[in-house]
Amino acid sequence: MKLNGAEILLNCLLEHQVDTIFGFPGGAVLNIYDALTKYTDRITHYLTSHEQGAAHAADGYARSTGKVGVCLATSGPGATNLVTGIATAYMDSVPMVAITGNVPVSLLGKDSFQEVDITGITMPITKHNFIVKDVHELADTVRRAFRIAQEGRPGPVLIDIPKDVTGNVCDYESAEPLPIQPITKTITEEALEKAASLLRDSKRPFVYAGGGVINADASNELVDFAERVSAPVCCSLMGLGGFPGDHRLFTGMIGMHGAKTSNLAATQCDLFIGIGARFSDRVVSNVKRFAPAAEILHIDIDPAEINKNIQTHHHVIGDLKHVIERLNAKIDPMKRPSWIQQIETWKQQFPLYAGSTGLQPHAIVRRIHDLTNGEAIIATEVGQNQIWAAQGYQFTRPRTFISSGGLGTMGFGLGAAIGAQVGNPGRRVINIAGDGSFRMNCNELATAVEYRLPVIVVILNNHALGMVRQWQDLFYDSRFSQTTLGNSTNFAKLAEAYGALGLDIVKPEQVEPVLTQALAANRTVVINCEIDPDDKVFPIVPPGAAIEEVITE
Amino acid sequence: MINRHVLSVLVENHSGVLSRVAGLFSRRGYNIDSLTVGETEDTTVSRMTIVVRGDDYTLEQIKKQLHKLVDVIRVVTLDPEASVYRELVLVKVNADADSRAAISEIADIFRAKIIDVSAGTMTVEITGDESKVKAFIDLVKPYGIRELARTGITALQRGEREIKNLN
Repeated sequence: MKLNGAEILLNCLLEHQVDTIFGFPGGAVLNIYDALTKYTDRITHYLTSHEQGAAHAADGYARSTGKVGVCLATSGPGATNLVTGIATAYMDSVPMVAITGNVPVSLLGKDSFQEVDITGITMPITKHNFIVKDVHELADTVRRAFRIAQEGRPGPVLIDIPKDVTGNVCDYESAEPLPIQPITKTITEEALEKAASLLRDSKRPFVYAGGGVINADASNELVDFAERVSAPVCCSLMGLGGFPGDHRLFTGMIGMHGAKTSNLAATQCDLFIGIGARFSDRVVSNVKRFAPAAEILHIDIDPAEINKNIQTHHHVIGDLKHVIERLNAKIDPMKRPSWIQQIETWKQQFPLYAGSTGLQPHAIVRRIHDLTNGEAIIATEVGQNQIWAAQGYQFTRPRTFISSGGLGTMGFGLGAAIGAQVGNPGRRVINIAGDGSFRMNCNELATAVEYRLPVIVVILNNHALGMVRQWQDLFYDSRFSQTTLGNSTNFAKLAEAYGALGLDIVKPEQVEPVLTQALAANRTVVINCEIDPDDKVFPIVPPGAAIEEVITE
Repeated sequence: MINRHVLSVLVENHSGVLSRVAGLFSRRGYNIDSLTVGETEDTTVSRMTIVVRGDDYTLEQIKKQLHKLVDVIRVVTLDPEASVYRELVLVKVNADADSRAAISEIADIFRAKIIDVSAGTMTVEITGDESKVKAFIDLVKPYGIRELARTGITALQRGEREIKNLN
């Protein structure tokens, strides 16, 4: 069958069961957008306000569904506008394929109109990238891109396609994509046996679960593992939902804003088991004083993560689902009553935000949790809003907490929530935002309204860049430099101007009725919720300290 | 302990690979002493010989990070005892009628070639491992080195050892 490059591209997307893409048109992708008109029955294109929104939407779609997110942008500024979104996906190992147009091959390298070297620009923030200069290579390149994005540790892949390549015609034959095989050949019997013996010898094992557990779809295996070895479990920010937040063995998040129980358990355990996590600086803090009493067992799919941020005593490399399953088969159920009792005591002793009420952010997040029965997909922006959401909403299932962990991208949440809502039409999607982050990319309200997406944005409005302000308060003698945002924006009215429902919460007694009204509205809603600018995220580990040395108020 | 390591790396032979490898080194802060690259016996594959400095931790990280690049096929740390290293260096030294013979004699001893002569200069091509090249440069330095260009080390394993058969 003879097709032009644009049609070949769309057919290749269909080969990979892609029915949803997020993008923004432009000169260099005119051929692709023209071809899209013939595929509207099979591919739905969501037009965002800005390419960054498209990238975050593809990312939120991928995180919440487990499928590959696809975004599409034109050359030059279209491509560079994707960059923050691609970097966000890269840092959090999200499978994504970003497609950019470029100027025709004959104009490449001549500083042509809207030309940038996007493969050069995105080299350090993609798992791999391609520029396709010959239409004959297009189909196989797209197929490779999807494979690379999903295989092993997932990540974003960019395909740059000059305009003439999407216009040129060649033979196309459809192909069934080969299934993505989990990486298992690196899992050795010897490594598993040693891991099992470490577990048998341990008196106080502690599991630290990261986003890899969610990527590997290994949550059930992890629960079985934790119960079997009788080990309490904490999650990194990325791991939230990977282990049920209501499980008796769950200790909460670990790290800079971790629950004190998690941080104490890390310090006092004798075996620290990192599973699908990378010991990021936001978890470990002072590496010399991290888990001082423990041997470290690291289970991960990426060999480059072993001994990168912390020296481990033993590791197992491979697909987590397989590793944990095989480990479970080797271990007889163990009992560690005194260790579990100790954890329980800490949990009682160090609750988060004890007595938080009214318009205090933790209380608001708890209310959102209760009113949605803990079943919503929660997206966040970055900063205090993100941590309050992570601490306050009890995530019981994987793929329900959508947050920029590694890159910490302010402005991520709304686009991501749109992608999550598109990918999960029956689910409730809420973006917990701050006023600073929200105003970075609030233009995507237009997208949510246009596509009638019932996304709810809850702005925890402290009229400040709260997290930076908090650091200035705690560590810079309260010199608030450029972190006060003022009162000039009326977010509820702004929402109305976009065609969304805009609501305000200014008194404690409004929290429940306004949230209830929003949940019943079945349309895009923005709730401006006034909070105290001095409300802080606690606990916090000061820079350079060991993780049990938390400030709690 | 900081050591010098020679890595032999097989990569796909297409554009962009060098920049991926160089970019990886610069963004992760690894130091490259030298890097050479060229086609191998298989024209679809290039071999890079990279000389790096670092402790064992850095070396392990470099190898793992290189492995993650999609275009990298194989990474091997060469064992100096079981490998041959060669570098080609061009040295342009001041050489007038008085010194020409002496420089030529040094070149002979090192089996170096004189490849260009002018009224005031001689350009010598020398090939060898690091110590030989260094010894030569030290000897001609007193005459005044005008310019120097070196290719960086390229290397192979000795005997039956081949990169394809190793990890």
